[in-house]
Amino acid sequence: MSAPLQGLVHRYGDEVNTDVILPGRYLALRRPEELREHCLEGLDPGFVRRVRPGDILAVGRNFGCGSSREHAVVALRAAGVGAIVAHSAARIFYRNAINLGLPVLICPEAAAAMVAGDIASIDLGAASIRQGATGWQAQPLGDEVRAILAAGGLVPRVRAALAT
Amino acid sequence: MPAQTITERILAAHAVGGRAVAGEIVTVRPDVVLLNDVSGPLAFEGFEAMGASRPFDPARIVLVADHFAPAPNVAAAGAIRMTRDFARQHGIPHFYEPGTGGIEHTLLAELGMVGHGSVVFGADSHTCTAGAFNALGIGFGSTDLAAALATGQLWMRVPDSIRVELLGQPGPYVGGKDVILEVIRRIGSDGAADASLEFGGPGVAALSVDARMAVANMAVEAGADTCVFEGDALSAARQAETGAHPSPPVGADADARYRGRMVLDLGTLMPMVARPPSPASGVPVGALRGQRVDQVYIGNCANGTITDLRQAAEMLKGRRVAAGVRLIVVPATQRIWRQALAEGLLDILAAAGAAVSTPTCGACFGGHMGILSAGETAIATTNRNYRGRMGDPDSQVFLANAWVAAAAAVAGEIVSPQELREPVPA
Repeated sequence: MSAPLQGLVHRYGDEVNTDVILPGRYLALRRPEELREHCLEGLDPGFVRRVRPGDILAVGRNFGCGSSREHAVVALRAAGVGAIVAHSAARIFYRNAINLGLPVLICPEAAAAMVAGDIASIDLGAASIRQGATGWQAQPLGDEVRAILAAGGLVPRVRAALAT
Repeated sequence: MPAQTITERILAAHAVGGRAVAGEIVTVRPDVVLLNDVSGPLAFEGFEAMGASRPFDPARIVLVADHFAPAPNVAAAGAIRMTRDFARQHGIPHFYEPGTGGIEHTLLAELGMVGHGSVVFGADSHTCTAGAFNALGIGFGSTDLAAALATGQLWMRVPDSIRVELLGQPGPYVGGKDVILEVIRRIGSDGAADASLEFGGPGVAALSVDARMAVANMAVEAGADTCVFEGDALSAARQAETGAHPSPPVGADADARYRGRMVLDLGTLMPMVARPPSPASGVPVGALRGQRVDQVYIGNCANGTITDLRQAAEMLKGRRVAAGVRLIVVPATQRIWRQALAEGLLDILAAAGAAVSTPTCGACFGGHMGILSAGETAIATTNRNYRGRMGDPDSQVFLANAWVAAAAAVAGEIVSPQELREPVPA
């Protein structure tokens, strides 16, 4: 959780729902390499070709609203998305992302101001975001969220708990 | 313990430590854990990866093949098979698929597994449908429910509560769908974020339990964590009918704390239609008069009940679906399908030109059984009309109740059901 994340910024607006992140017709698929091909297909079919490992999404209100499909997070991770900075995120999507080790920072100011195509960096431990000369402080992560991210996701966290 | 909302009282009864106050983080033990053929396989893989050997309580797990069922392709058949195998391997008695089951949220209530004060954790966002029964249904993703399968509990933030006070009686052709489309129109698609919508007041009695399901189902479309109705004689009767554990309704304290309050007079409501691409964009049906449709879809976990099928049959009896329009009707469960058969509804619908399907989530989520092509328009009793929801990104979906949807099937365009009922001039 201490190494800074760094990547190019991609911007999207409000109400980016899980239907456009991973359309329903692909929900019989489960493998990351299959799902990545369709990531954001309902909104921006060119995204999969442009995104590079570690890139950061800067998004508007209620990101990930709608269906609870965890396939949406699997697809974003498999496409290479390293972190999401959002004005706000839907509860189930947020939990799914944290559970799979994809950090989501809530910071309306950064989500509004970050520039697409430029590099940004994130210090997860401090919940801070930086792009060029500008820095922002995101909402602090809750204790449970920090613990899940520190463990590398919910699967390793529960695995460790069950093993003791 | 401070004064409690219904949500806080139900969660406190299920929380480790017996306390649940809005804003606090608690660990909750649900009565039922619900998964389907889309969310299940990812959860089963997570369960294995966690090193879990057996589920916390096989009798309290419900697995339903409903999304891609009957399987439209080999991948879906594999997902259903994984779900069936997980049930068999772990001795889970509650596995359902076409022929025995139906759409999970409607089915769960029929099985008598939801009653006053129950808590359901479901790997599906529309688990909030349980709110109709004075219960809390809370949606999660697959990995969270893998942990719930393994441990029987999950952490969560206790939601704030928003009180929706219902007054009056609904007018003609106004049902549960119109109530929730109006609520979402007022507060927006994230207006109930981090909150539970609590419906109460004298107007509750004017809504059937099926209508309450239509309301509760779409609480998540207002961003709500969950939703709950006050319990009453109608919910108690449904509880008895389904054989659910006979428990008393759970109420709120008079001085419970609410984040917000809203009053809704049912008598002022018109039939509503939500325009694409947001469930929050509802307008009275009259505002869309003349909007042409290619397909009408009546079904899903919000509005696939016997009440909805009766409404559709009321509009379609002795009429024909307009030329060039496809009408697809999907009863939500096998039991509802059989009841509709016994009441003669299926024949009325089929005679009018409807394709009546076996229960499935089907085309609601763009899966199968009625996908839209580019440029096509549907009106549906479903719960989401996001871009591409029912198929091609360049198709569109209007959301409405079953009277309005059936009227559109007859007219070939959106019309007020009232208008269709007027005698045709000689």
